[in-house]
Amino acid sequence: MGDTAAGWLQVTALVVALGLSYRPLGDGLAHVLTTERHWRVERLVYRAGDVNGDVDQRWPVYLRGLLAFGLVSVLFLYAFLRLQDHLMLSLGHEPVPADLAFNTAASFVTNTNWQAYSGESTMGHLVQMAGLAVQNFVSAAMGIAVVAALLRGFTRQRTQQVGNFWADLTRLVLRVLLPLAFVFALVLVAAGVIQNLHGAHELVTVAGGHQSLPGGPVASQESIKELGTNGGGFFNANSAHPFENPSGLTNLIEIYLMLVIPFALPRTFGAMVGDHRQGYAVVAVMVVLWAASVALVTVNELHRISSPAGHAAGAMLEGKETRFGIWASALFAVSTTLTSCGAANSAHDSYTPGGGGMTLFNMMLGEIAPGGTGSGLYGILILAVVAVFVAGLMVGRTPEYLGKKLRGREMRYASLYLLTTPALVLVGAGLAMAFPGERAAMLNPGPHGFSEVLYALTSAANNNGSAFAGLSADTVWYNTVLGVVMLLGRFLPMVFVLALAGSLAGQQRVPVTAGTLPTHRPQFVGLLTGVILIVVGLTYFPALALGPLAEGLR
Amino acid sequence: MVRTALPVVLRHHLAALRMLLVFTVLTGIGYPLLVTGIAQAGLADRANGSLLTAHGTVVGSRLLGQDFSLRQRTPRTGRRGPLPDPRWFQPRPSAGGYDAGNSGATNLGPTNPVLTATVRARRAAVAVFDGVPPAAVPADAVTGSGSGLDPAVSPAYAYQQVPRVARARQLSPALVRRLVARHLHGRELGFLGQPYVNVVSLNQALADAAGRGGAGLRRVRG
Repeated sequence: MGDTAAGWLQVTALVVALGLSYRPLGDGLAHVLTTERHWRVERLVYRAGDVNGDVDQRWPVYLRGLLAFGLVSVLFLYAFLRLQDHLMLSLGHEPVPADLAFNTAASFVTNTNWQAYSGESTMGHLVQMAGLAVQNFVSAAMGIAVVAALLRGFTRQRTQQVGNFWADLTRLVLRVLLPLAFVFALVLVAAGVIQNLHGAHELVTVAGGHQSLPGGPVASQESIKELGTNGGGFFNANSAHPFENPSGLTNLIEIYLMLVIPFALPRTFGAMVGDHRQGYAVVAVMVVLWAASVALVTVNELHRISSPAGHAAGAMLEGKETRFGIWASALFAVSTTLTSCGAANSAHDSYTPGGGGMTLFNMMLGEIAPGGTGSGLYGILILAVVAVFVAGLMVGRTPEYLGKKLRGREMRYASLYLLTTPALVLVGAGLAMAFPGERAAMLNPGPHGFSEVLYALTSAANNNGSAFAGLSADTVWYNTVLGVVMLLGRFLPMVFVLALAGSLAGQQRVPVTAGTLPTHRPQFVGLLTGVILIVVGLTYFPALALGPLAEGLR
Repeated sequence: MVRTALPVVLRHHLAALRMLLVFTVLTGIGYPLLVTGIAQAGLADRANGSLLTAHGTVVGSRLLGQDFSLRQRTPRTGRRGPLPDPRWFQPRPSAGGYDAGNSGATNLGPTNPVLTATVRARRAAVAVFDGVPPAAVPADAVTGSGSGLDPAVSPAYAYQQVPRVARARQLSPALVRRLVARHLHGRELGFLGQPYVNVVSLNQALADAAGRGGAGLRRVRG
C-alpha cells in the first residue's frame, strides 16, 4: 500500500472510531451530569472530603469551590515539586527550582502541561504519578464541570442554581476518566508502552557503548494525558519517545484518546438541551475546521512548501519519527493543537512555515475544534452566542439562543471571554520581544524565532502546552510570565462562563417564533464557522504576518 | 466543634484540600499501582521496555535507538563528531547522540540556514560512506528524529547500507540483505505509520551472524 492510500485509511479509521463513540460517550456523559443518584463510592468521597454533594449551588458558590480547588492544587503541587528529594521514588533528582516549580504547578492545574523541564532528568516517579498525573484527571474534570454548568444555564429557568461542583468533579473522575484511562493504559502496555517503577539502569549496548535505560509508570500517565487533553509527557520528547508511543498503532490510539471526549461533548449538549440537532450543528463546525486543518498541514509537509531545509533533505522528516512518517505526524500535530492537549509526536518547530503556522493558528482559534475536555465546548458555545448576536443585529431583533435572550449582560460576559486570551497572548508576546534577554531565548533566526515566542504565549494562554521547543523557556522570566498567563488564561474564562451560566439560568425561556434564528441548520454551521474565522483572523492576523506568514512568503 | 470556629474561607479551602488528597490516593497512587501490577503480571516483557538480550545479558531495548559510531580511542582527529562505524548499520542522526536520558529533537526551523547546511553536509558524507550517488540518499539518513532515540530507518536507507556493511565484515551481501529483509516491519495493521527497519535488532542479529561466521565481532566488542 502506498503512503497516500495508507494515510487516507488512517484518517478514515480515526473518523469512524470517533463517530462510533459519539452517541454512547456523549449520552453517557449527559447521564453522569444529570442523574440524581450517587454511587456509594462517591458518597464515601464526599464524606472523606467533607463536602456536600447534594445541594444545587448558585453560580458564585460553584465558582468558589472550583477556584478553591484550583488554588489548593497549585500550592500542593508546588510543595510536592519543591520537596521531591525527601520522598520515595525520587530517583535521586534534586528539588525543582522555585520558578520552574511554580510554572509546572500552574501548568498542570490549568490543563496546559507546558513543560519547561525535561521529564527524565527532573522528575521522580512519585511526583509524576501522585502529583502531575492527578492534575491530569482533575483538571480535565474541571473543564467538563464548567461546561456542564453552562448547559444547565441553558436548560433551567428562573433559578440561580447551576449544579454541584463537587458532585460533577467526583463523578467525572470516577465514572468517566478513571475507567477509560485504566482500560486504555492496559491497551497501551500491550502495544509496547512501558509501565514499571524502575529507575534508569546502565547497560552495555549492541556495539559495546553505554546507555542508561529509563523506566517509569508511563502507560498509566500516557492514557490520561491524551484522554484529559493534558499533554504533559513523561519524557522530554513526549509522544515522539518510543517508550510513550512505540508504533503506528499506539499513535492512532493516542490521537483517538485526545479527540474522543471533546468530539462527544456536543452530543451531551444536544441531549441536555433536549434537541440533538443542536449538537450535530456544533460538531459539524468542529469537524469542518479539524478536517481543513489536517488537509492544510499534511499538504504543506508533503510538498515541503517554502522549506529550504526540507528540499535539501528530500522530505520534511527533521523532527519526525521514521515509524510515523509525514501523515501520522501531521494528524497528531493538528489534533493536539485543535484540542488543548499539546502532546507532540514530532517537533512542531521543524515543520514547514505553513504547517507550523497552522498549528499556531489552531490554538489561536481558541481550541474549539473540538477543543479541550469541556473547554472546547464552552469555547465554541461562546462563539455561537456571538454568531447568534451578529445575526440578530442583521435583522434588527433581540437575539435568542436555545430559547434564552442574549441581552447586554450575556454579551458582556461573552465579549470578556473572547478578549481575555488574545490580550494575554499579544501583550505577553509584545513584552517578551521588548526585552533583549527574552529575545535571546529564541533558537532559530528571523521570523521563525518570533514564531517561537508567539507560539509559547499562545500555547500558555490557550492552555495547550505544546511548543516550538527551540525556545529556551526555562528562565525565571518565562517561567513566571507563562505561569501567570496560564492561570489567567484558564480561570478568567471560567469565571465569565459561569457568570453567563448564572445569567442564562435566571431567565424564563422564550417560545420559538417564525422570527427565531434556527441554530441547527447548515446555514448556522456556515455562519458560526465564518464568525470563528473572522473573529480570530482579525485578532491575530498582524502577529501571524510577522511570524509564519513572513517566513513562508520570503 | 473546632471546625465551625474557623473562618468560612479557610473551611472551604480545607475541604478542597481534603478532596484533592482523596483524588491523589485514588488516581495518583491506586490507579498507577494497579496498572503496574497487572502489566507486570501479564505483560512483563512490554511493560519493562521490550528488552533485547544477547547471551543472557540485556544489550538494550528494541524500542530505543543506539549509537553505532566508532568510539575514539586514538587522539582527536580534528574532525567534528564521532565517525560512523562501517561494520554496523547506521541509525538516523540524533540530537542527543542516542543518550536515553536526554530525549528530544534539534528544533531547527525549516528556513534555518544551519539546518540546510547540515543536511547538505550529511548527504555528501553518507553518499561517500555508503558509495552511492548523493541524490540517492534517503531523507531519513540526513534528518534528526523527534525523540533523538528513533530505533528505525527507512527500508531504502537500510538496503543502501548492505554492501558497505558486508564488505566491512567480510560477509556475503546476500546474507546481509536477507538479515535486513527479516527485520523489515510493515505498517501496523497494514495501514498505520510507515514501513521501517529496526536498526538495533538488525545490528544484534548481524553481530550474532558475524559471531557464527567468526568474523569481525571480537574487534568490535573490544
